[in-house]
Amino acid sequence: MEKIYTKHVGKNKFFKACPETVRFLLDYSRSLHVLEHEEFQFESMLN
Amino acid sequence: MKLQIEDSELVRDYISGDEKALEVLINRHNQRISSFIYSKVLDRDITEDIFQDTFIKVIKTLKKGSYSEEGKFLPWVMRIAHNLIIDHFRKNKRMPMFEGNDDFNIFSVIGDDKLNIEKQIIKDQIDSDLKELIEELPDDQKEVLLMRIYKDMSFKEISENTGVSINTALGRMRYALINLRKIIEKNNIVLTN
Repeated sequence: MEKIYTKHVGKNKFFKACPETVRFLLDYSRSLHVLEHEEFQFESMLN
Repeated sequence: MKLQIEDSELVRDYISGDEKALEVLINRHNQRISSFIYSKVLDRDITEDIFQDTFIKVIKTLKKGSYSEEGKFLPWVMRIAHNLIIDHFRKNKRMPMFEGNDDFNIFSVIGDDKLNIEKQIIKDQIDSDLKELIEELPDDQKEVLLMRIYKDMSFKEISENTGVSINTALGRMRYALINLRKIIEKNNIVLTN
């Protein structure tokens, strides 16, 4: 029985994405621009 | 009392160009989404990757104006994360990843068949020494041994080529090996790789 309980110990652990990942997403968002032309959409990354 | 801006309002602000709103949304739901992903994949690095891919989808959808405020923001993001988790497991099923641990290293059973430079030099040296030793054998024994080992001929073929019976060819091979061993022992030659 112990094995069944211990198998799932890590399942409910709280986890947070690291600040670097968040920073990357915010930078990605700032650099991403969507241009629309007629019915087309174009993605462009601006540094 | 601290007033919390609704997700829907933050989403509207972000679509209007307020990048700060996205930061608030990510930080607000970081733990909930990350823990959800982690509870499924049980790997920190994969969780980070899926979390990142989830928000890349969120960002693209919001910037393209494809998001419709039909449901709530968080359940929508959770659905994206859930789909990416399924994609991750599907991908791994097609190409399962094997990780070694301290007790078992995959490279101890899967190796490169090629010899490294040192072993190749040793092998060449042994081959060369062996050729010299074979030269010491009587001609009839040397002939049978060369045909058998280097030309990979059967004893039937050897007997046909040398004009002796199969038994004689077998006998000569046997004596060739006995004599080679004697020469090796007599001269204290080490032939190992």
